[in-house]
Amino acid sequence: MSEFVARFLIGGVVISLFALLGDVLRPKSFAGLFGAAPSIALATVGLTIAREGKQYAATEARSMILGAIAFCVYASGVSWALERYKGSTLATTVALMPMWLGLSLGLCWVLLR
Amino acid sequence: MRVEANFSSLKLTSTREHVVRFVLGGVVTVVAGLIARRWGPVIGGLFLAFPAIFPAGATLIEEHEVQKKRAIGRDGHRRGREAAGLDAAGAALGAIGLAAFAAVLWRLLPGHNSWGVLALASMMWMLVSGSLWVLRRRS
Repeated sequence: MSEFVARFLIGGVVISLFALLGDVLRPKSFAGLFGAAPSIALATVGLTIAREGKQYAATEARSMILGAIAFCVYASGVSWALERYKGSTLATTVALMPMWLGLSLGLCWVLLR
Repeated sequence: MRVEANFSSLKLTSTREHVVRFVLGGVVTVVAGLIARRWGPVIGGLFLAFPAIFPAGATLIEEHEVQKKRAIGRDGHRRGREAAGLDAAGAALGAIGLAAFAAVLWRLLPGHNSWGVLALASMMWMLVSGSLWVLRRRS
């Protein structure tokens, strides 16, 4: 239980800090880099190593590469859709989220099974 | 174009928005841990690259642009979408840096000091993301 409280607090703080950096930096395209900062990983890798060991954390990191590739495709899709269509940003980012999940799991199935 | 920090933009973000980000960040981090525990590190690792804060961040950017344009009597929805689109294009480059971050962890973590590897991986994220952003600006 205490581990999940720690994860919640550390995750909240780290992700909020990266979001603040994205708020203050200009131009917008540069600030956008921080939307894909390694915030969840930085918040959890230390706890994972302490609990499960380095090899477990390295295995997670290998899968994270595929998640990041899916994130790149997803964010590119969002950028394209916002330019081309008139949907709101919230609707567009949420509607395309299955693209991230499907691509991540698909790459994982093809490359790591 | 120079990279600069504009701290006045912090005033546009309300306390509620900060709280939402904090809670969202915390929840996503906990859920990523639960997924790893239930389905193992191969599936769990995917969620270390989950676009956790990206939808909320891009939506805030759009809202702030709409607010700014509304203050001068204009409809800012198109401008808001453009700003969010630029943010998303930046996130796509940041995600390539994220893959580089993960690759450093994957290859170096088992045999080296954990904190040193984390620091190196973070620098790699910044280097790869920043370099791609500079290259894109020049092209």
